[in-house]
Amino acid sequence: MNVSHPAQADPLARRLAELRGPTPQRSLDARALAALAANPGCRRRAVLDAAGVDKAAVAQQLGRPAPFGQSPFAIARGNVFEARLKDDGYAALLGPLRQLLGLPPEGGTPPTVPDLLPRATPAVRAERTREVLAAAAADLDGWTLLDHPMLRLTVAGSLAYLEPDAVVVHGGRCTVVEIKSFPVLDSVADPAKVGAAARQAAVYVLALQETAALLAGRSAAAGPYQVDEFPGSPALTVLLVCPQDFSNRPTAAAVDVRRELATTRRQLARLTRIDQLLGALPAGTTFDLAPDSTGAPARPAEELAAAVAAVPAAYSPDCLSACELGFHCRAQARCADAVEQLGRGVRGELGSIRTVGEALAAAEGTGSPVPVPIPVPAPASRERDGGADPGGPTDPGSDADPGSDADPGSDADEAAARLAYAAALRAEALGRPVR
Amino acid sequence: MTTAMTVHQPPVLFGVPGPGAGPDGPVPPGAAADAAVAAILAETVHPVPGAPRGVVVDSPPGAGKSTLVVRAARELVAAGERLMIVAQTNSQVDDLVDRLAEKGPDLTIGRLHAADSRPAPEALRHGNVTASAKAGDLLELDVVISTAAKWQWVKDTDPWRHAIVDEAYQMRSDALLAVARLFERALFVGDPGQLDPFTVVGTEQWAGLSYDPSGSAVVTLLAHNPAIRPHRLPVSWRLPATAAPLISSAFYPYTPFRSGTGAGERRLTPGVRADGSAVDAAIDEAAEHGWALLELPARHTVRTDPQAVAAVAATVRRLLDRELSAHSEQGSTPLTAGRIAVGTAHRDQAAAVRAALAGLGVPVDPAAGPAVTVDTANRLQGREYDVTVVLHPLSGRPDATAFHLETGRLCVLASRHRHACIVVARAGIAELLDEHPSTEPVQLGVAVKFPDGWEANHAVLAHLAEHRVRL
Amino acid sequence: MSLLNTLARLEAVRSGRAEPLATVRHRHLSERPMVVVPVAAAGEEGAPLAVLLGTDRLAPRLFIVPQPLNRTQRFDFLAAFAGELLPYLESFADAVEQIEGSEKDPESGEKIPVVRELCADAPQLIVPNPGAVRHLALLGRSTRFRRTAEDADPGPYPAPPQVPLLGRWLTHLAERAQVPGSSMLLPMTGLLARHWATGQSHLEDQHLAAQLAWHHPPDGLTGAEAAERAETGRDGDGRLLHPPAGPLTDPRFDSQVLAPAITRHDAALAALRQAAPADTDRAALHVKRALERLHEALEAELLPTWRDLWQGLDLLRGLPPAAHLPERWEGDRWSYTGHRDRVAAGEPPQPRRDDAVTAARKLAQREREQARLDIQEALDDPLAMAGHRLAGEAFSGTVTEVVPEYDTSGRSPKPRPLVTLATPDRPHADPGREVHRAGGPPTAQRAEIVAAAPGEVTVRLLSGMGRKKEPEPGTVPEVGERVVFTLFELTARQSAPLPEPDDTPWTHGGPPGAGQSSPVGSEEWE
Repeated sequence: MNVSHPAQADPLARRLAELRGPTPQRSLDARALAALAANPGCRRRAVLDAAGVDKAAVAQQLGRPAPFGQSPFAIARGNVFEARLKDDGYAALLGPLRQLLGLPPEGGTPPTVPDLLPRATPAVRAERTREVLAAAAADLDGWTLLDHPMLRLTVAGSLAYLEPDAVVVHGGRCTVVEIKSFPVLDSVADPAKVGAAARQAAVYVLALQETAALLAGRSAAAGPYQVDEFPGSPALTVLLVCPQDFSNRPTAAAVDVRRELATTRRQLARLTRIDQLLGALPAGTTFDLAPDSTGAPARPAEELAAAVAAVPAAYSPDCLSACELGFHCRAQARCADAVEQLGRGVRGELGSIRTVGEALAAAEGTGSPVPVPIPVPAPASRERDGGADPGGPTDPGSDADPGSDADPGSDADEAAARLAYAAALRAEALGRPVR
Repeated sequence: MTTAMTVHQPPVLFGVPGPGAGPDGPVPPGAAADAAVAAILAETVHPVPGAPRGVVVDSPPGAGKSTLVVRAARELVAAGERLMIVAQTNSQVDDLVDRLAEKGPDLTIGRLHAADSRPAPEALRHGNVTASAKAGDLLELDVVISTAAKWQWVKDTDPWRHAIVDEAYQMRSDALLAVARLFERALFVGDPGQLDPFTVVGTEQWAGLSYDPSGSAVVTLLAHNPAIRPHRLPVSWRLPATAAPLISSAFYPYTPFRSGTGAGERRLTPGVRADGSAVDAAIDEAAEHGWALLELPARHTVRTDPQAVAAVAATVRRLLDRELSAHSEQGSTPLTAGRIAVGTAHRDQAAAVRAALAGLGVPVDPAAGPAVTVDTANRLQGREYDVTVVLHPLSGRPDATAFHLETGRLCVLASRHRHACIVVARAGIAELLDEHPSTEPVQLGVAVKFPDGWEANHAVLAHLAEHRVRL
Repeated sequence: MSLLNTLARLEAVRSGRAEPLATVRHRHLSERPMVVVPVAAAGEEGAPLAVLLGTDRLAPRLFIVPQPLNRTQRFDFLAAFAGELLPYLESFADAVEQIEGSEKDPESGEKIPVVRELCADAPQLIVPNPGAVRHLALLGRSTRFRRTAEDADPGPYPAPPQVPLLGRWLTHLAERAQVPGSSMLLPMTGLLARHWATGQSHLEDQHLAAQLAWHHPPDGLTGAEAAERAETGRDGDGRLLHPPAGPLTDPRFDSQVLAPAITRHDAALAALRQAAPADTDRAALHVKRALERLHEALEAELLPTWRDLWQGLDLLRGLPPAAHLPERWEGDRWSYTGHRDRVAAGEPPQPRRDDAVTAARKLAQREREQARLDIQEALDDPLAMAGHRLAGEAFSGTVTEVVPEYDTSGRSPKPRPLVTLATPDRPHADPGREVHRAGGPPTAQRAEIVAAAPGEVTVRLLSGMGRKKEPEPGTVPEVGERVVFTLFELTARQSAPLPEPDDTPWTHGGPPGAGQSSPVGSEEWE
C-alpha cells in the first residue's frame, strides 16, 4: 500500500509520519491488509502498520529478525504459471469465468485488454483504471480484462493503492481474479491458503465497491448482507485460478467472499480508531530507522526497543508465522512469564491467572493469586447509536450495591482450585509425592 | 422432560391457502403458515407423478415443525399408508411418540428402541404405543418411530413407502446413507439455524464432496436431488414479537420469518414487587421487553465463573419467588420451575449452575417433580420454555474460539423462549469479538454458511445492550 | 488442550525441560522401523527433491532429483525410492499366522468357518512431521495412476514399473495414518508431543528440532533457549544452523546452495551433450562432480533431521509399552495384510476420491478407533485416566464400605452390592447414571450411581459377578481396595452396517457410475 496523505495538515497523518521518521513508508498491499485479520487485538501491529513502519527492519534491529523468505524456485514457478494464463487470449481465464457467470462456453468476441499504463505512477494508474472500468461497465455485451489494474481504497483516512492480478468486466459487473501458485488437487486445495486468498480478494472487492459507488455518485453498502447494484459493482464471488493437479495447467474455482468482505470491513473500520491507540503513546515515541553513514539504523537498539515496548502487543504463537515481530514478542512474553507463550487456548483454562509463576503457585497451593483487572477500552466506543442509558434500567435510587455479592477473588480461587486438583491428580499418576 | 414442553398448536391450521406473501406482507401469520403447511402436506401425501422423492422443510425456531410432523403422519395414515419416523436423539423420539399418541389416539404407534435403553415413561403411558427392541414386532403398526442410530441396524424388512425425518439438519449424511434403504419417499423437517452435526476425527479429505459423511443429511440430499425446492415455515409460534425480528435478522438473514403473535400479546407480570436488586431489575426489564442483559463487571474467568453462575442461579430463584404469571393467546399460567430453562455452552457450566440452584432450593431433578431444566445448547435443541436464562457463551472468556462463536449455539440459546430471555454475561464481549482473529480456512466447493458468527454475535449484543442491567 | 496438559507445559516452562505426559508408550514401535526424511521442491508440493531413508541408523540412503523439473530424473528418483522402500514393505508379506473365524455364506445365510491369513508383523515408517505424511500422500497420489511400459497403452511417458506400485503403498500408508491409534506411518513430532509436554505451544512443537531441544538442551541453556537456537540460529552466511525437517527446505539454502548447484549440474549436462567426442570424458566427469556436490549439499541438509528421528526413537523406547499396544497393532497388521492381498489380486489403484459409501465407512472406522484409543489409553495409563477424572468422566478412590444387597425381583436372587468409596473426584453424574469399572474383574462390570456427595460416591454393582446368588470371589472390591469407575463405556461400540457401494441410495446420488472410476494416466507432469 503506497499511502499518500491528501491533507498534510491532517493531524493523524502527521502523527503517523512522526512515528515512522524520515525512512520511506513501508508499502503495504492487499495481502498485508488482509493479514490484519490474523491478530486484530494487537495494538503494536496496528500502530506500526498504520504508520507504515518496516516491521522486518525493526525486528532485525531488535535482534530477532523475521525468518520469512521465499525460495527462488517458488518464485520462478509462480512467474511461469502467471505467464501461461495469457496464452490464447486469456482462454484459461475466460472459460471458467463464463461458467461462473452462467454463459455458454464459447462465442462472443475476445476480450478487450486495455493498456492500463503499467509504468505510470500509482495515482495515474488508478485514474486510468477508473476510466477504463467506467467504460467497460457501460459495455454490456463485450468482455474487458483489466490486467493488473490499480485500485484506490481509503484506509484510516489515508489513500491506499492496491493491485489485483486481474479484474474481468462483463454485463455491467466486474469479477476479481486471484491467481495463486498452490495447486488444486482433485478439486481440493489447502483450506488455509484458499482462506488467505479469499481475504486478499475481499480487499479488492471492497476497493471495487468503493470505486463503483464513486462512479455512481453514491455510497457503498455497509451492511454485511447487502449487495450494491451500481454499474461496475463487483461480484461477491471471486475467481481463484490455480495450477491443476500436478500440472502447470490453470484451473479456476469460484470462491464466495461475502464472509471475508464483512471481516475486512470491520478490520478496516478498527484501523480508523488508530488515533485512540496513538493517544495512549508517550509523547515523542518514534520508530525511526533512519540509517547513519554505515547504512545501519542510527538510533540505538535499546531506544527502538523501548519505543516498541510502549505499544502493547497481543502475542500468540500464531504470530510467529504471521508477523515479522513474532519472535521479538515471544521473547518478551517469555520474559514476562506470560501464559500466552503456550498458546491462545491456555488463557481460557486459567481465567484471570496471567503468569506461569502464578499458575504454578496455584497448582502447588502455595500462591494466593491476585486477579489483575483486564483493560477494557472505554465502552463509549462500542455503544451503538441510540443505545440505552449506560446505567440501564436499574432504578438509580435503588440501594442495590453492585458489588455486594461479588467477591473479587472467587473466580481466581476457582481456577486455582482446579489447578491444584489437576496437580494432585498428575502427581498421583506419576507417582510423585502428593502435596 | 415432557413436563418442560409445551405442545403448542398454531391457532389456525386448517385455513384456506392464502396468496404467497413475504413475512412482512399483509397476510395474517396464520394464513401464511397455513398456505405453507398445505403445500407441504399436498406434496408429501399426494405427490404428483415424477415428483422428487424427498420433500424438505426448513423451519425456524418454534415454527410448528413438530405440529407439522404430527399432522403429516396423521394424514399419511389417513390416506392408507404406514410410515416410519426418524429422529436424532432418544428424547426427541420419546417426545414425538408422546405427542403423536396424544394427538392421534386412533393411530397405532411403535417405539423401536435399543436393547440396552428403555423409552421414557411419557412415551409409554399411552395405550396405543407399543415398545420393542425388534422392528419385526412393530411392522404392522401405522407409525414406527426410532432414532437414526437404531434404524441403521434394522434389516430384513420391506421398505416403507413413506418416512419422516425429523431434525434433519442435525442428522449426519452418513446416517442418512445407512437408513435411506428403509423408505421410498421422505419428508425432511429441520432447522438450518441450529448446531451442525460434528465429529471428533479429521474429515478434511471429504470436504467439498456432496456426500461428505460428516456433513448434514439435508445438504447431501439437496445436492443429489436438485429438483427438490425446500419449503419454509414462515411464522414462529414460539418466539414472541420481541424476539422474532432479532432472531430472524441475526440468524436467518436470507430467509426471514415473523412472530405468530403481535406486540403485547405475550406478557409476564410479577406477583411480588421488585426488591431493588439488579437481578429484579433485569427480571422486570425482561418481563416488559422480552430481553434483559444482566451484566457483570469485565474480567477474564474460568468457564465456571462462580459469580456468573451465582447470578444465573439468583435470577432463577427470583423468577420463582416473584410469582410471575405468563399471559399469552393460550391464557394465563403461573411461571413454574418446569417452564424455566437455563442454557449454557459447556457441560461443566450446566453442572455448576445445577449445583448453585440446588443450593438455593430450586428443584433441578425432573425425576422428583417439576424442575428447572439446566442444559447445554446441544441438548436444548428443539425444546421450548416460557422464560430462559442464558449464560452467554463468551462471558468472561479471554479468547473466542470457533466453538463459542458457532452461530447455531447462540441461536439455540436465544430462541427457546415464549416470553422472555435473560442473558447473563460479563462486560467486554464486544471487545473480545473485535480482537478475534478472522483467519477461517476456506474449502473449495463448500457453501459458506451464513450468518457469520461474528456478525450474529454482534447483532444480538447490540440488541441486548438496550436492555442492560449492571450487576 | 486439557488443563492437565497445560499444567505439564507450565511445569516445563519452569524446569526448562520436557515434562512427561504419559507413564507408558501409547504407540507401537517396530523393532525395525523404516525412517524416512522426504523433502519436496519449493513451489511445487507434489514434486520430490530428495529422500533420506533406511532401517540402519548408521547407513541412511539418499536419493535426489538433480533437476526437480525434469520428468525423467523424477522417474529415476521414484524408481530408486521404490527400490529401497518396496523390499522393506514386502518383507513382511510372507510370515503369516492362520486366524480362524466365520463368515456368512451368501447363499444359505449360515455361518461357515473360515481361516484367514494375518501377517505376523507389519512395516512401520517414521517421518519427521505431519507435513512429511502429507508429502508422501501426494507422492502416492501422483504416482499410483502412472502408466508403465508394461501397460497395454503405455502412453508417451511410461514410468518404471515399480513406480505405480510405490504410489499405491504410499497411498495406503497415508490413509492408514488417518486412523487414530494406528502406527504404520507416524510423524515424530506427534509421537513426542503425545508423551512429553514442552514449555512452548503446539505450533512450535511442529518444529522437530525445537521440540527435541526441550529434551536435551545443551549445558547452560534452557529448553526455550535451545529451541530458539534450533528455530532461528544462523551461521555467518545466514544459513540455518539446524536445517528444517522438511518437507520444504530453507529458502536461504535454496538460493545460496541448491539453486547454484542445480544450475552447475544443468550446465555440466548441457556441456556433456554438446561436447566433442574427445571432450566427452572430461564433460562426464564434470557432470559426476556436479552431481556429487548436489548430493553432498542435500545430505548435509537432511542428516541433522535423520539424527533427530533416531534420537526421538531412543526417547520413546525408554518408555514401557502400553498394555493394549499388541491389540491395536493387530489392526495395523490386518490393514497391511488386506492391502497386500489387494495388490496381489491385481485390483486397480485407490480412486482419487472416495465414493459415498467408502467415505462413510472410513469415517465410521476412524470414529470407532478414536473411541477405542481414548478408552485404551485411559486403561493403560493413570495419567490419561487422570484427564478423565479431572473432566468429571471418571472417579477413583478407596472403598470404605461394601453392603451386600440382592435383586429379588426375578426367580433367583442376584447380587447387587452397594460399594461406597472415598474419592476426591467430582464426577458429573446424577444418581441412576450407569458407570463402568476399570481394571476390575476380567468380565466387564457395570454399576449405577446411588449417591454422590463431595468426597464420597456410592454405586451399586450390576454385573460381572457371576450367575450365582453370591458374587464370584474377587468380583466385588473389598474395603481398602482402590477402584476406578468411568462414566464412559470401556469397549468401543460397533459401527452400524452401511450399504454396498452398488446399493448407494437415491439420497446420495445412487450407485457410483462406472465412468467415475479414476482414469489411469490421464494426467502428465510438466
